[in-house]
Parts: sequence; C-alpha cells; structure tokens
Amino acid sequence: MQLTVLLIVLALLTVIGYQMGRSRAVASVGGRIVELHSVPSYHGFYVALWAGLPALLLFAFWGASEGWLVMQMVLSGLPDRLVNGDAQSLGLLRADILNLAHGVATGREPDPEVVAAAERYLRLHALGDWSLLVIGCCIAIAGLIYARGRIDPDLRARNRVERTVNIALVICSLVAILTTIGIVLSLLFEAIRFFAVVNPLEFLFGTHWSPQMAMRADQVGSSGSFGAIPLFAGTLLITGIAMAVAVPVGLMAAIFMSEYASPGLRTWLKPILEVLAGIPTVVYGFFAALTMAPFVRDVGNSLGLSVSSESALAAGFVMGVMIIPFVSSLSDDVINAVPQSLRDGSYGLGATKSETIRLVVLPAALPGIVAAIMLAVSRAIGETMIVTMAAGLTANLTANPLDAVTTVTTQIATLLVGDQEFDSPKTLSAFGLGLVLFVVTLTLNMVALRVVQKYREKYD
Amino acid sequence: MSVQTHIPATAMPSRPAAGIHGTKMVARDVKVFYGAKQALKGINLEIQENRVMALIGPSGCGKSTFLRCLNRMNDTIENCRVEGLIALDGEDVYGKNIDAVQLRARVGMVFQKPNPFPKSIYDNIAYGPRIHGIASHRDEMDEIVQTSLQRAGLWNEVKDRLREPGTGLSGGQQQRLCIARAIAVSPEVILMDEPCSALDPIATAHIEELIDELRENYTIVIVTHNMQQAARVSQKTAFFHLGDMVECDDTEEIFTNPRDERTQGYITGRYG
Repeated sequence: MQLTVLLIVLALLTVIGYQMGRSRAVASVGGRIVELHSVPSYHGFYVALWAGLPALLLFAFWGASEGWLVMQMVLSGLPDRLVNGDAQSLGLLRADILNLAHGVATGREPDPEVVAAAERYLRLHALGDWSLLVIGCCIAIAGLIYARGRIDPDLRARNRVERTVNIALVICSLVAILTTIGIVLSLLFEAIRFFAVVNPLEFLFGTHWSPQMAMRADQVGSSGSFGAIPLFAGTLLITGIAMAVAVPVGLMAAIFMSEYASPGLRTWLKPILEVLAGIPTVVYGFFAALTMAPFVRDVGNSLGLSVSSESALAAGFVMGVMIIPFVSSLSDDVINAVPQSLRDGSYGLGATKSETIRLVVLPAALPGIVAAIMLAVSRAIGETMIVTMAAGLTANLTANPLDAVTTVTTQIATLLVGDQEFDSPKTLSAFGLGLVLFVVTLTLNMVALRVVQKYREKYD
Repeated sequence: MSVQTHIPATAMPSRPAAGIHGTKMVARDVKVFYGAKQALKGINLEIQENRVMALIGPSGCGKSTFLRCLNRMNDTIENCRVEGLIALDGEDVYGKNIDAVQLRARVGMVFQKPNPFPKSIYDNIAYGPRIHGIASHRDEMDEIVQTSLQRAGLWNEVKDRLREPGTGLSGGQQQRLCIARAIAVSPEVILMDEPCSALDPIATAHIEELIDELRENYTIVIVTHNMQQAARVSQKTAFFHLGDMVECDDTEEIFTNPRDERTQGYITGRYG
C-alpha cells in the first residue's frame, strides 16, 4: 500500500520536476532559448531524473534488503534457546515466523515467543514501509529542489541526461548477459557433480543408456548406465530426417517467394508460411503422434516392413515441417539481399531465369543460406516436445528411421519430470546431457554467425 | 535467319551500297509505359552497323529506357509496356519468333555500375559461353576467355589471377571485366548504360579507347551524361528530351551545328 503510494508520488514528482526544470530554464534566459546550452526539455529531464532516480534507487535497495533486515532485528530480540541452533533449525524458525505473520497454518502449536516475534515482525515491517514512504518522498523532493537550483543557461543538461540514459542502456544489456552466464554456471556446477559420479569418458562414449538407479541397496537390477551415444545418435537421426525435409522444401519455397511470386502473392504467402513457426510445438507433437506416426506405421506395414508405432521418421518429418519457415524465411531474406544488378548482368548475357537463379543468385546467397540452415539445425537439435510425443523414450542405437529412438532433450525432460532427488546420478545426468547439448548448439550458432559475417563483408 | 514478312516494307530502309554502314537496328514509333506513366513518346531511330551511337539528354529523358528496350531488359520490370516496332536485322525483337533470352545473347549489355558475379574472373567470362553451350572443350573455353579479356584490354592485368574473385578487381577493371563478359558470347550489338559514370578519369579513358576498338567488330549504343565522352567515342548522336527523340545526326554535326534549340541549350550547358 505504502509502496504504491510512493510510486505514484514519485511519478507525480518527476512530471512536476520536468515542468519546473523546463520553465525555469526558459525563464533563466528570458525566453531566448538559443542562449541555453541545452534545449529546455533536457533541463526538464534533468530535474525529473534528479527527482525520480535517487528515490527509485532507495526503493530498489529497500526491496532487496528489507526482509533480511527486519528478520535480523526480530531474531536478535528472541531468547537464546530459540536462536542458538544449527543452520537448519534457524531456517525452520524463520519459516515459522513468516508463516505466522502471514497467517499460514504451521500445523503445530506455536511457541508463544515465536508468536510474539511474528507480531513484532509485522510491526517492524509496517514501520519500515511507512519510513520508506516518508524518506523516499523527502529524497525525491530534495533532489528536485537541488536540481532546480542548479538550472542555469550554461548547465550541460543534455550531456548529463544522455549519460544517465547511456548507463541505463548498459545496465539493461548487462542483465541479459548476466542471466546467460548464470544459466551456464548453474548447468556447469550440476554437470560437475554428475561427472564426479560418472566417468566423463564413459558418458561420452558409452553405448548403453539406462539411467534407472536402485533406490535401496537391496533392490535388484537397475544399476544405472550412462552411455550417451544412443541419445546423440538418436538426435542426429531425427535432426537429419528433419533437415532432409526442411532444407529442400524451405529453400524451394524461398526461391519461389523471392524470384517467381508476384509482390502481391508474396505479401500473402510469407506471413502464412511464418504461421507455421508460431504453432506451439506441443501441437506439432499431437500431429506427429496421432496422425503421422500411425500413418507411417500403416504404410510401412502395407509394404511389408516392420515399423514401430513410434518412429524416428514420423517425428523427424513433423519436426522438418516445423522448421520449414525458419529455412524459407531466412533464405528468402538473403536471396532478396542479392543485388538486382547481378540478376540484370546475368539476364543481359542471355541467361534464363532458372539459369540466373541457379548460377548467380543461389551461389551469391549461399553463405546466408548456410547460416539459415545452421540455425535451423540448432533449432532441430533443441526440439523436445515432438520427439517426446512421437518418437518414444527407448534409447536405441540404430540408424533405422523406422525404429523408435530418443533424443538428448527428450531424455532431459523425462529425467527432470516429477519429484526428483538431486543427489542421484540419474537426475544429475540431465545436466551432463544439457551441458553437452549447450556446447553443440553454441558451436553451431557461432559457426552460423561467422558465416553470416563473412557474407556481409562481400556486399558492403 | 528468315526475314520477317510482317514488318512493313517502308519500315526497313533498303540495304545500302557496299562501303556505307548498314542498318543494324531500327526503332519505329516506340512508346514505353510504366503503368499509366508514359516514358517514351514514339521514338524513331536507326542504329548503324559497326558504329557507335551515343544517346544523350537530361536525366529522366528516357534514354536508358530506350536502351533497355533494344534487348528487352524492360521485360524484367513489372508494369512496363512497350509499343511500336524494334527490329534487329529486319526482325521484330518483340515478335513471336524471337525469345528474349536469345535476343540478349545477340544484343549484350554493360551496366552503369560494374556488376561482376561473385565468382572467379575466369568463371565470370565463361558464364555466358557456358549457358549458351558455345564451347565444347576446356581448351576452347580457355581460348574464349583469353580473347575476350584481350579484346577488353584486361588480359595483361589479370592473366596470372584468373582464379581470383572478380569482385576483388578495381572499379575500372571490374567494368572492363563486364565488357569482356559481354563480348564472350559474341553479341552483334553491345548496349552500354553510362558505363563510365562510376569510374575515375583514367579508367574512363581506358574504357573509351576500348569502345573505339570494339567498333570494328560490334555495333555499340552508349548512354552517357558526359558530352565530351559522347563527342569522343561516337559517330552518331541522338538527343533525347522528356521522352522524345529531338534530334539524331552525325556526332560532329550535333555538337557544332545543332538544328533544334533544345539540343543547343543542352550541349551548351544551359539546362540538363
């Protein structure tokens, strides 16, 4: 409540600050705006920033540390017999106080001291919020008055405002980078724990995948075996099938759209094709599992082949359909980027349209097309849902597209679904797989980016 | 090839006596429309064999449009409609018996901006002969590449790096490569659309010399904004203005004694 009020007050103060800064800047030169170093709106932004930013920073700091601070104060007021436990019982105590304070039933009769602490927690919390409101408003008003007092025709308001904006932009980009680093690190740490139990060589080169572990010492079988080769082979097989579908179809569609279709048709066709990219993969999964897989099985059986009802072919085919828009849309862009002058040059020599496309346009666009395919491959490798639904979970080491296979991502999903214990190699193996997958797709993406860069140099 | 009967007898001048340059291409009442906008308003022009015809005129006057009609490059532009008659050796180029693709092998084109293909120098030259199946052996192809480059005056500069990309050459060299590429399919007519406008004076001088030499074997039509260039390289000059062909005569006559005052205004620099 108080926080909402504070935010509203801050918003009001920044608007007021903007107006004040602006009008004061204009007044300071008697309306002759050319005499100002910066245009009046920059003076306005300058005052607004001073009014809003310091209070917002306080607000952010408070939001991050309030809970911890208040809890420390509450705990320090509790008798020693409650506080002097190990880390675990202390954590339990904290949870009890929070639960009582928020009215959540703890399921056992609470210690009166703890009840008192919870009340104290609530009181301190409310006090904190009120003081935040008051202090925040004071800081905002102080900032506003300070900045307004500094307004002067020579004040370099534009430079200061732009520097602040710069810093804000840097912080935003840092957030994305730090998140990525955080993801990589969490993956890495869990993977290291996994490789402490399972030999990395066995993991990378073993040919038997059976992650079930015995839960108790007296259980039979299920000793767990973590050879990832069948998973990578399955991934490769399905990706291969998907690319065999997506690359020719996508490329031909791109050639049609960019070279043969009339502009009117193109404006229709391209968005429709891109709708394919917007269909959730789960829906593709239905299609693969309920339509494609039985179809492949029936056709196979009528030809006298034995096809399992979950086949790599069905999953790969549907995945290929899903990837078509990636290939076609990106290829269409690079084909369009080939300068018209090259086509004219070719036509001017008496080449037909198809000769021009085959011999001039496609070779010129090839690096870009390769990059498009690479991105599509990394998309195919990362795809989970279709395979989970249509290709099954059997870790077969086979090159036969009519067999059921499984992929790395599908295994990761299965390993982590449901309640898991995070100290068993079975669960941890998901992180090992994830790490290898991450390295593979990262490499592919980097190669694709390099190819694209090389391509750019050619026409600039 | 067979002479087309559907061309009116009056459209084709009778074959001239020996020693005088024959007529290679004829345009009769050529009108071009881009959608509803008319770009050419009935052009009549004769292009003589083994001579250089310069088309001059202010920007937007239709000279490039006319040039692109001669080998039907306008076919690749949507909404473009051509009326009237254009004949090559007495044959209507928009007629049923001529395919635009075959026509362009006979009437080659060099563009304003050098546009070598992103292939090796050798493959740039060999492109045309390959698609038309001109050379049956490797040796024959090597021969074509060499003579084309020699005729374009580029052989000595590139003979040691035929396998390197054509895009790595300098602007002037690239344009000569494009001329060599056009020559390689042995066209009868070469159309040049401001071939020197993207080049420095030295490269321009090079190309102008080359055009003068090429005249022996080819008929050349060149669009240029540079009147000195038109005076230097051409024997005939046509002045275009606002979609009309105002005046066409011997180059010397146009530049010393123009009949129309618009021509005079343009060549003396009063407008354009």
